[in-house]
Amino acid sequence: MDYMSIIVIILAVLLILAAFFVIRSKDLVAAVVASAVVSLISSIYFYILQAPDVALTEAAIGVALTTIFFMITIRKTRRDEE
Amino acid sequence: MRKILAVFFIGVFGYYMLAILMDFPFGIDHLNPGLAGAYLKDTVSKTGAVNVVTSIIVNYRGFDTLGEVTVLFLAATGMSALLYDGKTMNRSRQNASVIVKAGSRLLFPLIIILGAYVFIHGHLTPGGGFQGGAIIASGFLLMFISYRNYHVSHRILSNVESTAGSVFVVLGLLGLLYGATFLENIMPLGIPNKLFSGGLIPLIYIAVGFKVGAELTALLDTMLKTVK
Repeated sequence: MDYMSIIVIILAVLLILAAFFVIRSKDLVAAVVASAVVSLISSIYFYILQAPDVALTEAAIGVALTTIFFMITIRKTRRDEE
Repeated sequence: MRKILAVFFIGVFGYYMLAILMDFPFGIDHLNPGLAGAYLKDTVSKTGAVNVVTSIIVNYRGFDTLGEVTVLFLAATGMSALLYDGKTMNRSRQNASVIVKAGSRLLFPLIIILGAYVFIHGHLTPGGGFQGGAIIASGFLLMFISYRNYHVSHRILSNVESTAGSVFVVLGLLGLLYGATFLENIMPLGIPNKLFSGGLIPLIYIAVGFKVGAELTALLDTMLKTVK
């Protein structure tokens, strides 16, 4: 196995773990941070799969802007999911 | 009963999905090879843009991009209309630490330059108006969260946004006036790989970049001001 496929497998495992954490977590702030991690890893995947345009969009919107929008919304409502 | 129905519908859906997908041979480039190949082959000679993705977004599918920009505009307008309550509000958070402040002062111009680079060079390198605008808005976000009283003028932002949107439509109408169709390329194509190439593509992407940047910045400012 070369380096690239090892990196790809590690990233895939991290991506699935983070996505499960987003679904299962009761603390919404932690869930939002984990969803930013999902966006970051999928951005790296887009870059590996030779779609740098989509990678740029995912990095700028998925990691930065969506996270802050969710954070503001959580700040205005409640932090815990019942 | 509902669960049985759900399983039934998923089964029907899955059966037809499988029936359609079974026709495609595995591992072969089968989805419209003619069309994708034509785009890859003719783009540089027909549109002058080296980045095929950009040439499809702005040139071949330029009208869809106009619709996309309109959707973003409507979303921003609706959100601002919901959040605006007539008072001048202040962001009432604590100031950030000295390190964060100094760092964001240093990074802010670099992020803005990166965003401008991404949308000006949209026809040469990956990226374009939407990506560049989002990068610029995230630069402003950095300043918003590190400085408590960092002000952006909403009048300037809305002027920039409406001017950029009008420029897009006017460029399209020029195509109707001097050519045959809306958004037709009326400028010389130039030499590929140069900055001044691709006809209308750089102009439209610069307009889109300004528009998206101004929109998202105004949106972030409005939202952050409502947080207690």
